[in-house]
Amino acid sequence: MFNFGIITNWFNNLLTGCMPDWLAVTIECVVIAVLILLTYTVLALFYILYERKLCAWFQCRLGPMRVGPWGVLQVFADMFKILVKELIDLKGTDKFLFKIAPYIVITSSVVMLACLPWGLGLQIINYNIGIFFILAVSSLGVLGILLAGWSSNNKYTLIGAMRSGAQMISYEISLGLAIITIVIFAGTMNINELVWEQANGWFIFRGHVPAIIAFIIYVIAATAETNRGPFDLPEAEHELTAGYHTEYSGIHFGFFYLAEYLNLFIVSGIASLMFLGGWMPLHVPGWDGFNAIMDYIPSIVWFVGKAFFISFVIIWFKWTFPRVRIDQLLAFEWKYLMPFALANMLLMAVFVALGWHF
Amino acid sequence: MGLLLEIGNGTLAITATLTGMLLVCAALWIAKLISPHSFTVRKGEAYECGIPTRGASMIQFKAGYYIFAILFLVFDVETVFLYPWAVIMNTLGPKGLLCIGVFLFILVLGLAYAWKKGALVWK
Repeated sequence: MFNFGIITNWFNNLLTGCMPDWLAVTIECVVIAVLILLTYTVLALFYILYERKLCAWFQCRLGPMRVGPWGVLQVFADMFKILVKELIDLKGTDKFLFKIAPYIVITSSVVMLACLPWGLGLQIINYNIGIFFILAVSSLGVLGILLAGWSSNNKYTLIGAMRSGAQMISYEISLGLAIITIVIFAGTMNINELVWEQANGWFIFRGHVPAIIAFIIYVIAATAETNRGPFDLPEAEHELTAGYHTEYSGIHFGFFYLAEYLNLFIVSGIASLMFLGGWMPLHVPGWDGFNAIMDYIPSIVWFVGKAFFISFVIIWFKWTFPRVRIDQLLAFEWKYLMPFALANMLLMAVFVALGWHF
Repeated sequence: MGLLLEIGNGTLAITATLTGMLLVCAALWIAKLISPHSFTVRKGEAYECGIPTRGASMIQFKAGYYIFAILFLVFDVETVFLYPWAVIMNTLGPKGLLCIGVFLFILVLGLAYAWKKGALVWK
């Protein structure tokens, strides 16, 4: 399997060989920043098209077809259209909070994106508490949404933001408990080590029943975390206009739109990292030939492929289930999902303590 | 193994944060350059739902949300306490299970109390 660390080490040696260290570090940081920006934009554009196409196919339509082959250039046209829209200064908004909300939402998703393991040797931030760091940063995003709703001087955005806040903080607990279940099994929070732990089999296969239950709980909680259907109450369009970003115009709205799609990729990325082996290829013990073929597929393809697959499932939910009510939403989390996740975590602890796993 | 090991994680995290801010700044700057500007009194009004807005919007709000916020606080802090235990559960064995069992028992009692008090029912 190709190690991307070779490229980065070569680049590092090249730079440190011909210039002082501080300059090399600065250049590397700039290169990393450019890479993050490129990835962010490309992913956001891809996801907008992905969702529109999938939504169309689920509804027996074709989706965007006119601009470019199969409408692939439609997203570029859309982004350009959003850029040329006027940014309207509204009366009565809290100017500072109104302006700062997109910064918080975008920054939290960029930092999470930088933590994901993209491939062998292709990871930017690698804390020893990596997965905990991702969860911590992910809960900052809700602040931006609350600020956006509050500062807009609009009653519907306020309701939308409050719903969004209540929903995101509630489901964060189940999300955290599902991840703890895997952390108990793996015994580490370092993202790189988590991936290497799965070299002999992904956690969803090795972890026995609790890992499978944790995966299901994670996918449900992640759907709610990203404010997507059937949990898209914050932007229930027939009752709240457009939810917390109603008053934002032009690219200001675009930021929330981008962050929403990026968060979809990020939760899928975390699911693939925690349950489906990150960039680890599918290995079946004993099938040496099969394993060798799987090893030829580059690691980045594995990671991105798994993330896209889970995103597909989450998008599938959105276009299949009707939207739930707020009381159903909160009752589902606090009375069913959270106690269940807690019990599942204990079950995993019992399995680990007694050694009943592969 | 990691990418450019000479740079610390802190530097990289700051780089990523600045990148996020830069993305917003740059996009806003481009938008300001190429988008039209005009101002009328009507345009400055909140859209809300299409008709003129009435009364203040930044108001005291339904208390139901705050009950869930308080519950969240309890359980999120609990999650933070669980992480260090989860990492060393492998080495603790049945003893670790007993310790966390006591902790979780008290916590579940709290949840049961909130449930009985009707805090989990949306009113």
